[in-house]
Amino acid sequence: MNELYSKFRSLKDKIMHILVYLALIIALIPLFSILFEVFIRGISAINLDFFIKPTPAVGEIGGGVANAIQGTLITIGLASIIGVPIGIITGIFLSEYSENKLYTIIRLLNELLNGMPSIVIGLFAYVLIATVVGFSVMAASFALALIMIPIVSITTEEALKLVPASIREAAIALGTSRWKTVIFVALRITKKAIITGILQAIARIAGESAPILVTMGYWKWWFAGLDRPVANLALDIFLFAKSPFENWIVLAWGSALILIIIILSINIVARIIMKERY
Amino acid sequence: MFYELYLGSWLSINKFGLGFIIGSVWDPVKGIFGALPLILGTLFTSAIAILISFPISLGIALALSEYMPKQLSNLFFFFVELLAAIPSVIYGLWGIYVLIPFLREVIYPFIQSNFGFIPLFSGPIYGGGFLTTSILLAIMLIPIMSTIMREIFILVPSALKEAAISLGATKWEVISVMISYARLGIIGAIMLGLGRAIGEAMAVSMVIGNKFQLFPSSLFDAWYTMAAILANEFIEAINPLHISALINVGLLLLVINLIVSIIAKIIVRYHLRIIGGIMRE
Repeated sequence: MNELYSKFRSLKDKIMHILVYLALIIALIPLFSILFEVFIRGISAINLDFFIKPTPAVGEIGGGVANAIQGTLITIGLASIIGVPIGIITGIFLSEYSENKLYTIIRLLNELLNGMPSIVIGLFAYVLIATVVGFSVMAASFALALIMIPIVSITTEEALKLVPASIREAAIALGTSRWKTVIFVALRITKKAIITGILQAIARIAGESAPILVTMGYWKWWFAGLDRPVANLALDIFLFAKSPFENWIVLAWGSALILIIIILSINIVARIIMKERY
Repeated sequence: MFYELYLGSWLSINKFGLGFIIGSVWDPVKGIFGALPLILGTLFTSAIAILISFPISLGIALALSEYMPKQLSNLFFFFVELLAAIPSVIYGLWGIYVLIPFLREVIYPFIQSNFGFIPLFSGPIYGGGFLTTSILLAIMLIPIMSTIMREIFILVPSALKEAAISLGATKWEVISVMISYARLGIIGAIMLGLGRAIGEAMAVSMVIGNKFQLFPSSLFDAWYTMAAILANEFIEAINPLHISALINVGLLLLVINLIVSIIAKIIVRYHLRIIGGIMRE
């Protein structure tokens, strides 16, 4: 009886061992398939025109996504100008001023913002800005900045918390004021970690399409001013993929490949910077 | 933020009130809006997605943290983390052109010919629809959930594992001790995944079929979610009441999301307190 039970136990152990690896394999098939299909189908869409021509009209042959690349860069740039400083300041506040009365509220808001659906953030930017200015880069960048803030601030906060107390104490002992200690000593030590956070935030917003859709809509031309929309790579994929036009679908795969390459390389660079720190 | 969205949906709130949540007609032409089918669609697709992705994510987390040699596990972990960074719109693109044809030609006909007598599996196959959406959402959730769960397993104190091993437990028995120890953290990871699934707009609107109805006739039928209708109709809405109704949907989405994330937060905090207690003992 006892022997039977121990056999049963080791059998169960083996089955579970197999199941765990089976889970890994089941999950890896679709995930590999995504990378594979995007690479194979995307590479055939990429040629010189792809990078220098704007969105083709319906029925037109060829064309590229140059205007979308331009638009994405402008939107990300503007979003970073707003989002990065606010994110870093929030991070400093959360790590250094925890005795402040606002601390709990800011921390909660920051965490909730982090988990909020991006399309809802987009709607908020629409009501706040687009109803006044109209569909525009401004509204879209504001929405993307809101997505960046929690990512940047959480990495900043965590990095600052890792600064050894002895270094802070040394600065304070030299008579440095509190804010100078934070900015000139602690921030400098954690520079790399903060850059990693910023890069991760940029990689995240580069792929966001839902907030772009509700704040700018589709735009098939070049940049025409901050109060007008611009094209966007991720949103173009959405528009092209749902269209019945062969040419647009090919462009969708090409855009997807470019986007994946950009996002993955930013992530890898961020990781390398992180590693260098130690 | 709440206030602004409330302001934006004022027209609709004023006209429909609570009827917006229980109404099941969505007619932009006549100006009648009710969001119940959207709410049901959102909750059901997300729930099924969690059901599919949870065991797989748990398996991956265990494989990475317990079974694999360190080097190999780091390599896979790196890969899984990168996959979490792929934008949802690319999952949607892949869903339309790779997943849907595969499910339509291979998997669904197989299910139907074997289990077609169950009403859930009968009805016409379009490719896109309820089950397809849940499968795609599950694929998107796996990298996120398994990364969090792996971290939770790594945090399990080794004293606990050693105690189990010293009692002669098999590997799986050790792990089941770990799972029951970390169960609240695992639930927290599920809630996080649920929040993600509920708010997913682009990928879902690309594969769900966008059919406004209270319940689909089968698992293969098309449906609709709150986030998907925003992605589809917001840009085309001209009528102020229509826009306002859509913002009202956004407000509901925000409320549901906040409820889910606050519950997740409470659970995780409670979990950490228990861990703290055990550590002190």
